[in-house]
Amino acid sequence: MRLELPISVLRHRYVPGRWDVIAFILVFAFFAYLGDTAHGLTGSLAHLEAQPISLDPRYLPGYAAQTALRMLVAMGASLVFTFTYATLAAKSRRAATVLVPLLDILQSVPILGFSITIVFFLSLTPGRVAGAELAAIFLVFTSQAWNMAFSFYHSLRSIPDELDEAARAFHLGPWLRFWRLEVPFAMPALIWNMMMSMSGGWFFVVAAEAISVGHTTVTLPGVGSYIARAIELRDLTAIGWAIAAMFIVILIYDQLLFRPLTASADWFRLEQESGLTPTRSWALTMMRRSRLLLLGQSMFGAVLLGLHRGPPRGPRPARASHGGGTRLGDAAWYAAVTAVVALAVWRIGHFVLGQVPLSEVGHVVVLGSFTLLRVVVLIALASAIWVPIGIYIGVRPALARAAQPIAQFLAAFPVNLLFPIVVSAIVVLKLNPNVWLSPLMVLGTQWYILFNVIVGASSLSADLKYAGENLGVRGWLWWRRVALPAVFPFYVTGAITASGGSWNASIVAEVADWGHRHLTAAGLGAYIADATSAGDFPRTVLGITVMALFVVVLNRIFWRPLYARAERKFRVG
Amino acid sequence: MNANAIALNLAPLLDVRGVNKSFRKPDGDELVVLENVNLTLRPGEIVGLLGRSGSGKSTLLRLIAGLDAPTGGQVNYQGAPVAGPARGIAMVFQSFALFPWLTVLQNVQLGLEALKLPEAEIRKRSLQAIDLIGLDGFESAYPRELSGGMRQRVGFARALVVHPSILLMDEPFSALDVLTAETLRSDFLDLWGEGQLPIRAVLLVTHNIEEAVQMCDRLLIFSTHPGRVVSEIAIDLPQPRSTPDPRFRALVERVYVEMTARPRGEARVGPKAERFAGTGIGTTLIHVSSNLLQGLIEAVSEPPYSGKADLPAIAQALQLEADELFPAADALQMLRFAEVEGGDIRLTEAGLAFARSETDERKHLFARHLLTYVALAAHIRRVLDERSSHTAPKSRFFDELEDYMAEEAAEQTLRTIISWGRYAEVFAYDDQRQVFSLENPS
Repeated sequence: MRLELPISVLRHRYVPGRWDVIAFILVFAFFAYLGDTAHGLTGSLAHLEAQPISLDPRYLPGYAAQTALRMLVAMGASLVFTFTYATLAAKSRRAATVLVPLLDILQSVPILGFSITIVFFLSLTPGRVAGAELAAIFLVFTSQAWNMAFSFYHSLRSIPDELDEAARAFHLGPWLRFWRLEVPFAMPALIWNMMMSMSGGWFFVVAAEAISVGHTTVTLPGVGSYIARAIELRDLTAIGWAIAAMFIVILIYDQLLFRPLTASADWFRLEQESGLTPTRSWALTMMRRSRLLLLGQSMFGAVLLGLHRGPPRGPRPARASHGGGTRLGDAAWYAAVTAVVALAVWRIGHFVLGQVPLSEVGHVVVLGSFTLLRVVVLIALASAIWVPIGIYIGVRPALARAAQPIAQFLAAFPVNLLFPIVVSAIVVLKLNPNVWLSPLMVLGTQWYILFNVIVGASSLSADLKYAGENLGVRGWLWWRRVALPAVFPFYVTGAITASGGSWNASIVAEVADWGHRHLTAAGLGAYIADATSAGDFPRTVLGITVMALFVVVLNRIFWRPLYARAERKFRVG
Repeated sequence: MNANAIALNLAPLLDVRGVNKSFRKPDGDELVVLENVNLTLRPGEIVGLLGRSGSGKSTLLRLIAGLDAPTGGQVNYQGAPVAGPARGIAMVFQSFALFPWLTVLQNVQLGLEALKLPEAEIRKRSLQAIDLIGLDGFESAYPRELSGGMRQRVGFARALVVHPSILLMDEPFSALDVLTAETLRSDFLDLWGEGQLPIRAVLLVTHNIEEAVQMCDRLLIFSTHPGRVVSEIAIDLPQPRSTPDPRFRALVERVYVEMTARPRGEARVGPKAERFAGTGIGTTLIHVSSNLLQGLIEAVSEPPYSGKADLPAIAQALQLEADELFPAADALQMLRFAEVEGGDIRLTEAGLAFARSETDERKHLFARHLLTYVALAAHIRRVLDERSSHTAPKSRFFDELEDYMAEEAAEQTLRTIISWGRYAEVFAYDDQRQVFSLENPS
C-alpha cells in the first residue's frame, strides 16, 4: 500500500511566497489599526467633548477607520448572536415558540427605535467613552443581527435529510456537527444576509455616531459625526469628502471581506446554480495561496477539533425520546410565556397610554398609512424602472457580469450621505417636502430589486432563451410570456427586502435638516424621529409599535401569499 | 468458500425481532409501514431486501442504523438492543450524502474524527480506505468535481474507514448509469470476495432484481402497505455470477414470480380488503404516466410478445427498472388492460384493442375503463356532474383520501388520477386554483 501524502496535506515544507508577503503586511497592518483605533476607548466623555469634530479632510481617514471598526465589532457581535440565538431556536422546540416570533417582531422594529437604549448604555460607564461606543455599536448591531439570525435558523431547519442522516450515522457530536454540517450548509445564505446587514449597518452607523436623545447627546469621532457637523455648518465640500471616504471604506470592506466570502460561498453550495457568475477575489486567492495563512487556517481547524475531542466521555447515553419533554412541562412553559407576554403588554400599554391621549393613537395610525402610501408608490415606481433594466442586463451575460458587483456595491452605499444634497436642492428649489423627501426612502433599497432581477434574468436557461427565439417570440409577447414570469420569484424576494428597508429608512427620510432648516414630511417616520429627538419615550414606543404592526401585517397579508404563489407557480417539476 | 455453510454455524450479527413501525396520520390514526418484520444477518452474508416502493425497506434500514426507533419489537446488534446510531454499523446512501464543502479526504476522515482517534491514525486509515476503493489522486477534490460513480466511491470509502461490522446499503447504485453501476458493483464484489473489506456482513436495499440476484446470498421479499417479509430466496450460485447463465436467469424469473404473486390472506378488513385494486377510493395509486402505459401496451402487443410477455424480458427490452415496471403493470391490471401473474404480463381483449387504436379511440377506451374500474375517477366525475358549478376543490377529495392513507400517498394518488383524468379527458384540473372542473379548453 502506498502512503504518500497529497501536497495539500504536507505542512512542514514551508517556504514563504509572494502571497505570503502580501498576507503578512495586511495581517500586521490590521493589528496595528486595531490597537491604534481602540485606544481612544478608555478616555473620558469630557475629553471627547473638548475635541469637536473637525471638518478638515486630513482627519477623515482616522474618522473612517473608527467608523469601520465599529462596523466590524458589531458584525462580530451579530455573528455570535446568530450562532447562539438561532441554534437555540432551531434545537429547542419550546424555545422556538418564543424566539421565532420575537425575532419576527424585532426584525420589523425600525432600527432607530432602538436608540432609546442609548441612555442605558451611557449609564453603564458614567463619563466614559466606552459606554457611548457600546451604545453606537449596539445600534449598529440591531440593524444587522435579526435577518442573519433568521437566515441561519431557516438553514438549520432545512438541512437535507440525507446529510442529517449521514452526520448521525457517522456519530458526529453536536460540536463537530455544528462546524462541519450546519455552519457550512448555512454559509451561502448567511453571507448574503451579512452583506445586506452590512449595508443596513452603514446606513445606520452614520446616524448612530451623532445622535441626541432628549438632553443626551453623543458625538463619537467618525464619519457619521463628521457628516452631522457638515450638515450643521452647511458645508457641501465636506460632504463630498465624506462621500469619498465612505466610498473607499466600503470598497476596502468589499475587497477584503465580502469578495472572499462570496467567492468561498460557492464552495459551500450543494449544486452549481446557473445564473450566478462565480465571484473572483484576489483576497481569497491570497488566502488560498499564502502558506502563512494556510498554517493559520489549519491551526484554527486543529483548535476546533481539539475542542471537539475534549476529555474522553463514557458510553453515549441512550437517545432521548423524539417528543422531547412532557405535556406537563409544555403546559408550564406556555403558561409562563403567556404570563410574561401579558405583563409586558400591560406595562407598555400603561407606560404609553399614561402620557399619550387615546386620540393620538388614531392619529399615529393615520400617519402610518401616509408612510404606507409612500412605500407602496415608491416600490411600484422602483419596480417599473428597475425590472425592465434588470431583465435587459440579466439576459446579456457580459453585461450582467459587469453590473452585478456594481449593484451589490450600490446596495451597500449609505444613501443618507446623499441626503444633504437632496435636501439642499429641496430648500433652494422650494419643493414640497411631502413629495420630494419621499424618494430618499427607496434610494438605498431599490438596488435589491435590481440585483435580484438581474440574477433571475440571468438564470433563465439558455434552452429557454433559444426556444423563445426559435418560436419567434418577440417584443411585448416575450416580456409577458418569457421574461417577466421567469424573474417573478426573484423580483418578489427583492421587493420584500426593499419594502422592509424603506419602512426603516422613513425615519431618516421623512425628516431632514440642512443647517437650521428643518424639513418634515407628514408620516410615521417623522413622528418617531421627532419623538426620539425630543426624548419623548412614550411617543417613541407608540410610533415604533405601530410601525412594527404595519410591517408585520403587510408581510402577512401581502408579501407572504405573493411569495408562496411565486414559489408554486413558477417552479418546474 | 461457501459463505452460507459457515454463516449458519455462527451467532447472528444482527437480529431483528417482530419489528413494527407506524406513523401517526394528521387525523390521529396510525399508518403501519412495517409489520412484524423478522430478520437475521450472520457473518459472511450479503442479504438483499427487495420490494416495491412503499414496502418500508428503506425505513427498516434506518431502524437498523439507529437513525429512527421502531414502534414495536427490537433490533439487536451483537446481542445488545440498538438505541441511537450504533458503532459498527455504517451506511452508504442512495444520494451519496457527501458533504459538498469537504474534500474527498475530509469526507472520509469525518467519521474517524467523530470517533476522536489520534490525528496520525485518522490520516493513515483514511488514505488506506481511499487507496482501497480506487480514489487515489482525488484526495483534494471536492465532491462536485467528481462523477456520480466516483462520488459513490467516496461514499463507500467513508463507510469502510470506520471499520464497521455491518455495511448498510440503501439503493447505492440506483442513482448511477447502468455501466457505472455495473463497474462499481463488480469492484465491490471483488474486494468482498478477496476478504479485503473490514466488514463482516452486508444488508442491501434495492429494487433492481438483477442486482439483488448478482450480489446477495439471500433475498427477503417485502409486501407493500404494510411492509412485511413475504418470502425468502436463497441464492447459492458461486461468485462471480454471470447474468446470461441459465441458472441466473431462472433465479431472476423466480423473483419476478414471487413479486407478482397475488397477496395471500385476502381476508383482511377495511378498505384494503378489495379483491381488485381500484374498486374503492381508498386505493393508493402509484404515479405512472399515460405515456409509459401506452408504451408498455404497445410493446407487449407487438412481436415477439404478441400479447403475452415475460416481465424480466420486457423489463430488459424497455430498459425499465423493476420499480418502474411493476407500478405500470399494476396500473394496466387495475384498468383491465392486462393481467399480471407468475412473472408474466398478458394483455386483455381491451388491451389488444387499445394497442390497435388511434389516439382519439384510445382516449375513449381509456376513459371508459378509468371510470368503470377506478373508483376514485368515477367518484370525482360524479361529484363534478352533480354540482351545478361543475367544479370541486382538490381539498375536498384530499380530505377524503386522508381517511385511508398518509398525506404523501394521498398527494401522489391525486396527482396520478389528475394525470390519467387529463389524458382521458374525463375532467380538467387547474393547479393554480387547485380546482377540478369539467371544462376542457377547446
